[in-house]
This record gives sequence, C-alpha cells and structure tokens, in this order.
Amino acid sequence: MSEQEQFTADAMQYAPQLFSTALRMTRNRSDAEDLVQETYIKGWRSFHTFQEGTNLRAWLFRIMTNTYINKYNAQKRKGTEVELDDVEELFLYKRLGSIDQSQLSSSAEDQMLELFTDDEVKNALEELPEDFRIPVLLSDVDGFSYKEISEMLEIPIGTVMSRLHRGRKAMQKMLYEYARERGLIVEPLTIEGTGE
Amino acid sequence: MPNCQETLKELELFLDSELPSARIEEIMTHLTGCTDCQGAYEFHAELRTIVRTKAKRDHLPDGFTDRLLACFGPQSESE
Repeated sequence: MSEQEQFTADAMQYAPQLFSTALRMTRNRSDAEDLVQETYIKGWRSFHTFQEGTNLRAWLFRIMTNTYINKYNAQKRKGTEVELDDVEELFLYKRLGSIDQSQLSSSAEDQMLELFTDDEVKNALEELPEDFRIPVLLSDVDGFSYKEISEMLEIPIGTVMSRLHRGRKAMQKMLYEYARERGLIVEPLTIEGTGE
Repeated sequence: MPNCQETLKELELFLDSELPSARIEEIMTHLTGCTDCQGAYEFHAELRTIVRTKAKRDHLPDGFTDRLLACFGPQSESE
C-alpha cells in the first residue's frame, strides 16, 4: 500500500468527527469545511512524521486545534482570559434531577434530558467563550483525556480541569434556560412571587 | 471511604475516568450504597451521553469527502 493509500485508509474515517468539532469551534459551516480540509492537507504533508502505533485520531485533532487557534488567533492572546459567571455546583441536577414529577408531565429525569434538541445542545456548546468551549468539546464530545487536551492546547492539566469544570456549569445553565424558554420546566410557584 | 460531599466533589473526575483505580473503587462502593449520590451520578452520566450524541450529529456536506481526497495528490498518477 502506498503512503497515500495508507493515509486515506486510516485518516478518512475521522472526517465526520473532525467536521462536527470544527463546526462547534468555528460556528460556521464554510469555516468548518476549510478547517477540516486544512487539517487533512497538513496531516498528509507531515504524515511521514507520524509515528505508527501512536494515536492517529489524537494527532489529527491536535493538528486541527492548533490550526484553529493559530488561524483565528484565539486563545493565545495571553492575559485576556474571558471570565464566566460563577455557577452553582450541580446546577442542572439541582433543578432537573430531583424535579417534582407534577412539574414535568410524567417524564422520568433521564428522559427529561432527552427532551433537549440537538440544536439546543449544540447552541449551549457554541455559546461558551472559546477558552472554555474548546476544552469542553475535546472532552465531552470527542472524549480526550485531560493530558491529551493539555498537550493539544499547550496549557497545564490544572487549567484544563478548571476550564472544563466552569465551562460545563455554564453550559448547564444555558440548557436550563432553554428548557425554561420552551416551557419544559414550570418554575415552582411562590406565594408572593407574582411581582407586578 | 469517601462521604457524600467528597463523592460529589470528585464526580466530575470520576466521569472523566481521571481518578486512580483505587479511588474509582472507593467511589463506586459509595455510589452502590448511597441512592442520593447514585442519582447525581446517573444524571451527570446521562447528561454526558446526551451532549456527546447530540453535538455529533452533523453530516458531511455533499462532495466534501471528494474534496478532501483531492488534497492527498498529486503524486498519485503512477500508483
């Protein structure tokens, strides 16, 4: 098998995963297509440096993440870290996990989560500020370890952990807002809570 | 053995498979005996599944695979 056939056979299977993540990173279809294409061009050009037996998928994701960061000059802007509002621990679980059945038309709690649409989940991810969005994507969607993410983003593992933690909580808060807007959740009634 | 507070604090690391195996055992033992923490665990595990599956359902654009394959040339003529 030629090197080209080898690369095609091994690398092309990851195109759909790379494309999904590229869409969430760039939030734009045509940028996502360009990003994936650039990833494959770079991957193909440096395929001779790839060590067989190591993780081709992680290698491609690393190329894509670096390309994205460099191209959009994201992340590397040192000292401009975006802050996220502090969100309570177990935010969503405290609101949905133990929800009173009467508030939720007889759905069990795990079915409750199924009610979120693909678009709502995608939007909740895409709304995260970039510093948080990329680690959350690489972990929650693509299943990479803290160590792999730390290597891809060139940030310490402790930073990966704190960004995941804060990013996930912010995402839960957004999901909760979507559920409320759609009327999936009825706010508990309070006696004096009617206001004006 | 971890208590409820410790278990919930480490739940994220547990779900990320980032705890040492001895600690995983301890957390699992606690979860088995504690319905409250088990409920929290199941909720977050389900949330992970939802995020992973729903954020991944994007189809490659038509013709995109061909566009990618065209990048791997051009020295393929004699192959």
